[in-house]
Amino acid sequence: MFRNQYDTDVTTWSPTGRLFQVEYAMEAVKQGSAAIGLRSRSHVVLACVNKAQSELSSHQKKIFKVDDHIGVAIAGLTADGRVLSRYMRSEAINHSFTYESPLPVGRLVVHLADKAQVCTQRSWKRPYGVGLLVGGLDESGAHLYYNCPSGNYFEYQAFAIGSRSQAAKTYLERRFESFADSSREDLIKDAILAVRETLQGETLKSSLCTVSVLGVGEPFHFLDQETIQNVIDTFEKVADEEEGEGEAEPAAPAEEGGDGTGDQDVAPMET
Amino acid sequence: LPVWFSINADYFFLQFTIPIDNGDSVKTAEADSQRTLYPYVTGTSIVAIKYKDGVLMASDMGGSYGSTLRYKNIERMKAIGKHSLLGASGEISDFQEILRYLDELVLNDNMWDDGNSLGPKEVHNYLTRVMYNRRNKFNPLWNTLVLGGVKNGESYLGMVSMIGVSFEDNHVATGFGNHLARPILRDEWHADLSFEDGVKLLEKCMRVLLYRDRSAINKLQIAKITEEGVTVSQPYSLKTFWEFKAFNNPTAGAEGSW
Repeated sequence: MFRNQYDTDVTTWSPTGRLFQVEYAMEAVKQGSAAIGLRSRSHVVLACVNKAQSELSSHQKKIFKVDDHIGVAIAGLTADGRVLSRYMRSEAINHSFTYESPLPVGRLVVHLADKAQVCTQRSWKRPYGVGLLVGGLDESGAHLYYNCPSGNYFEYQAFAIGSRSQAAKTYLERRFESFADSSREDLIKDAILAVRETLQGETLKSSLCTVSVLGVGEPFHFLDQETIQNVIDTFEKVADEEEGEGEAEPAAPAEEGGDGTGDQDVAPMET
Repeated sequence: LPVWFSINADYFFLQFTIPIDNGDSVKTAEADSQRTLYPYVTGTSIVAIKYKDGVLMASDMGGSYGSTLRYKNIERMKAIGKHSLLGASGEISDFQEILRYLDELVLNDNMWDDGNSLGPKEVHNYLTRVMYNRRNKFNPLWNTLVLGGVKNGESYLGMVSMIGVSFEDNHVATGFGNHLARPILRDEWHADLSFEDGVKLLEKCMRVLLYRDRSAINKLQIAKITEEGVTVSQPYSLKTFWEFKAFNNPTAGAEGSW
């Protein structure tokens, strides 16, 4: 994208019917480190890459619990993401207080999208520079949504956002048809494998990623480092710096067919 | 309340010459016309029980104006959305106001058109919030509400009072029903009552109320809510028996009395 005379205000249309400020906001999402979400009929897994500013600092928090049955992963301007997470928590808790019942995630994302839309139609505001992967439950089961700075939202079986998310998306595209009936464990494994795709050459370690799970009968929580490392160990050859396409353990049950050959065909890690 | 409160607004305005508007409606005399002080047209007891397929609720159709039985065709039980049934005793106009609130709630819920819907638990809790908030403003909705329903195979039965006291139980009653009907229900209610047994049990309670509650009339409805939905029966009356020996010569044991 190049600068042009219609991109100064969010309230200025371009002659081709575009709002450039909104599109620039969406670029900000692509700059953030990757966040991935997948869902089965009963569970949603959100995972992200832990990127720290420098070796000295800790990494930024990118996954937030909104309620026992809703979690959100963000990519882009983390500050904007934090503010929107607070809004989501507020909506969820107000609904819970009035109706003693969890807010259906489908309704929350609409509130969120409407809030984002307001910022695309006020001259004194700017769009939020953050993309949100919202995972949650409602009466019909588990859902995963992506909320955009533009005020649009979409439902997904699996999605990835942020830098190098295309690699993760390619991986997910090949496997998503099986996710609906996946077991919880397989879903977690696929999430971690998708995270691995976004790392350029780095060996996947549990310290590099954060994984969260929620599902029917399972409140939102983060997986601890040990659990994540155990999953990584099932497919990664430890202390191996080659981009070993670790084969899935033959003993692992309920594995989708063609796993072994599938991994061989993965494109090299650069996007 | 002192007697002079209700007479002669002028005199009483002189007493409160500095109406302090701090939002608290208790302080000013003029503001008393803006809040509920007493009920006027009232409904008497509601009795409700959980049974095998859902919930059964009974009420009579009377609306009393003090000691006068003024209105005899008031439906005090109404369906709310797909899954709930609301019964009310107390001020009838406040019940109608509540129905308007719930109408709006159900409308907005339907407008989402997303496969999610308000169940009886949600409606009950919403009503609890409304009643309690009104009580805090010293402007209550003068009702005791009974909320029953079924959703996803689970039966729900709860109650909210005008001061916001709220709870769930297997059988509930309002007003006189608490004193006359609930002891019967405590002895005779059990889980998985059939429809026929449930109706018989409710009729037993309503008959006692008819004999002993002066604001009860012999014209009642029984409402049923199951997974399929709500049905409210046509009004009917209970058979009563007045030929007890003691009624024949009531003053036999106390000459001179009546």
